[in-house]
Amino acid sequence: MKTRTEFHPLPTILSVLAALVVSVFLLWLTGAPPFEAAGLMLEGAFGSADKIANTLLAWTPLVLASAGLVVTFAAGMWNIGVEGQIVMGAIAASFVAREVPGEAWLVVPLTLVAGVVGGSLWAMLAGVLRTKGHVNEIFGGLGLDFVAAGVAVYLVIGPWSREGTASTSGTDIFREEAWLPTTTMFGTEMPLLAVTLALTATVAVYYLLRGTRFGLRLKAVGQSPRSAFLMGIPNDRYILYAFAVGGALAGIAGAVQATGYHHKLVPSVSGGYGFLGILVVLLAGFSAKWIVPIALFFVTVSVGSTTMELRLGLDSAFGGVLQAVIVLFVMFGTAYATERRRRSKAWSSDP
Amino acid sequence: MALALTDIHKHFGAVRANDGVTVSIEPGSLHGILGENGAGKSTLMKVLSGFIEADSGRIVLDGQPLDLNSPADAIAAGIGMLHQDPLVFLPFTVLDNFLLGTPGPARLDRISGSSELARMSAELGFDFDPLQPVRSLTVGERQQLEITRLLWLGAKVLILDEPTTGISAIQREQLFSVLRQLAADGLIVLFVSHKLEEIEELCNSVTVMRAGQVVGAAEMPIAPAELVAMMFGKVIEEPGRPEPMAGSEMLSMTGVEVTAGTANMTNLDLTISAGEVVGLAGLEGSGQRAFLDTLAGLIPAQKGRITLDGIDLTDLSYRDHMDSGVHYLPAGRLEEGLVAGLTIEEHVALTTRDQPFFLDWEAATATAEASIEGFNVKGVAENTAESLSGGNQQRLLLSLMPEQLRLLLMEHPTRGLDIESAEYIWSKILTRRESGTAIVFASADLDELLTYSDRIFVFFSGELIKVLDAAISDGEELGYLIGGRERS
Repeated sequence: MKTRTEFHPLPTILSVLAALVVSVFLLWLTGAPPFEAAGLMLEGAFGSADKIANTLLAWTPLVLASAGLVVTFAAGMWNIGVEGQIVMGAIAASFVAREVPGEAWLVVPLTLVAGVVGGSLWAMLAGVLRTKGHVNEIFGGLGLDFVAAGVAVYLVIGPWSREGTASTSGTDIFREEAWLPTTTMFGTEMPLLAVTLALTATVAVYYLLRGTRFGLRLKAVGQSPRSAFLMGIPNDRYILYAFAVGGALAGIAGAVQATGYHHKLVPSVSGGYGFLGILVVLLAGFSAKWIVPIALFFVTVSVGSTTMELRLGLDSAFGGVLQAVIVLFVMFGTAYATERRRRSKAWSSDP
Repeated sequence: MALALTDIHKHFGAVRANDGVTVSIEPGSLHGILGENGAGKSTLMKVLSGFIEADSGRIVLDGQPLDLNSPADAIAAGIGMLHQDPLVFLPFTVLDNFLLGTPGPARLDRISGSSELARMSAELGFDFDPLQPVRSLTVGERQQLEITRLLWLGAKVLILDEPTTGISAIQREQLFSVLRQLAADGLIVLFVSHKLEEIEELCNSVTVMRAGQVVGAAEMPIAPAELVAMMFGKVIEEPGRPEPMAGSEMLSMTGVEVTAGTANMTNLDLTISAGEVVGLAGLEGSGQRAFLDTLAGLIPAQKGRITLDGIDLTDLSYRDHMDSGVHYLPAGRLEEGLVAGLTIEEHVALTTRDQPFFLDWEAATATAEASIEGFNVKGVAENTAESLSGGNQQRLLLSLMPEQLRLLLMEHPTRGLDIESAEYIWSKILTRRESGTAIVFASADLDELLTYSDRIFVFFSGELIKVLDAAISDGEELGYLIGGRERS
């Protein structure tokens, strides 16, 4: 985390354009009409109020997970365990949704709190392994991802399985009072509450890192742990805090996935938004500032490519290819731009 | 095989690091590049070694104009640079480091490589164990390895950037004799330094730089006063010894035992007074660092008692030491002091006591601007720590110290700084004595130790072997003691 590629709009835009050119070429290779494909992608994501609602519902967990990752990256941590934290948030929220009786005004907040607790505790496990056990957070997190996925599968086919069946297709649908509420607008159910949660989290993370003592200390720990320690900042504690906050946001993402999208617990409840979030944050230059539009772009490609598949017979995996091409181009483009700037600017300090 | 740099310009924003530099050097020269910090020496050498591109200018070697875009281009053209901190790969063996960067087939040929290493090092009079990990080599040995490697890659121009920082006197002698030999063989050796005596001792010609320009060139020998006048544009007087200000006893160590790394100190019985300045002398790694770390509370004393103002600090944590008024500035300014990536104002906000949860940026900016002004830091509040020069980083570190201090611990407070910056730093440090702060500093510079200390603790081979009264000691005595011998 010593050398960061900062977000610069121009190289990013140029890189995205280059990636699109390559994608058009790939589409042409498969014999699909490129511009029609692009049109279908946009139509699939934004073509109707229903589709917009669907896109926003996918965008929410991605933004929440990304905002959490900005916090852990600030502390210099590669929180690969984010997938597991989403799953654990979803499991905890599912528990509340299944077990706690009562009205929506009581159950819904409780599912979100449960998501926070589940994601946060799971993240802090990775944090403790790192600070107390000296297990690199990448390996610890990856291990915990597998464990969380295992727990989800166990619950779905075991204790929480649907009566009479033991399939991995998920638990029973939660009762409606436990669903994350939506708002009826333009003749569809818009996930306004989810979007509000995501935007609030993004603004809060941005402000936390920019305007608070906590955020500044976190950045100091992330950039130079030794200097921070000598300034009297308890490094290990701040690393744990970062995991707690990052895990909490991932946990909310999990809660939204379970109670707002699937309305049940499924083994693949994370939807891969954790790993996708890492890419979003890398592209955003580790700042909360740009994650909202970048995440929107990613979900547009994901959601839109389903329509592309239906209409053009093109496998929806092509959306993943497109995302990967863009990430690689942007990483290369910004790294190249940073290197150019460094070669012409840095080294200025005469020792 | 002459080297000519013509009209080199390199600007960093508004700063003209190199402003029309023209230098030409004959083969067989041991050529010094002299100048204070920030004079543009390092920038010029980085341009010559392909690390940075000049905005304009020409480099001609042996009649061939060169277009250097990377260090690889430079070494292919026969220009090799030895950096201040030799760029070696610590976990690798000596042999693998030697073979790094060799052009040729993908497969490493360790057998012929090792005989090449043996042949080259024998020629230069170095002695390596090819299978030893570089991590266990001293800075001086790493330098020797890097020189061997650069010459093996065919360097005809060898650039050394402040090479004597952090190496022992014996290694320095060895280095100098190798450099003389190389020059006698017809190579060009460029020796970058801000230390007059080294240029005098080693070089046969010198270029003096100031503020990005060449302000003088001379054949050696030349009177040192003339060189100083060229370097600074004015005559600088040697600093005198400050008046001692030691008051009553403040810090006491009784029966303290510290064993950590190479340090092995037993039965330390010492006292340090308020306002006293204690210098720690010794070769790098002789125990000074462990002594400072112990006083800072970073490593525990195994036995004995340490008290400050009567308060027992022996088993207290680093944080408790800070709260008791102990402040520690280790040598690594950017690794153990400042945070790269954060700005001056962020550093101020970070180190302000009782900072509210929601940061007060206005106050932090105002304090940062006052510090910049009060400590003569060349920069603005939005500059990041790593963008400052070494001297300015040290000034920033001093400005960030809390107001109430009892004990100030410093390691190499002026390492790498020119005379003017060093004197400024010391004037700021010494004012701390007025409020009764005791100062303990480690230094490799004997003059600095003798000038500023009241007493000098001499370390050898991990032990504190002697306490000297700085007022009645001289450099010769100190030099012998550092080497572990009494003057005969």
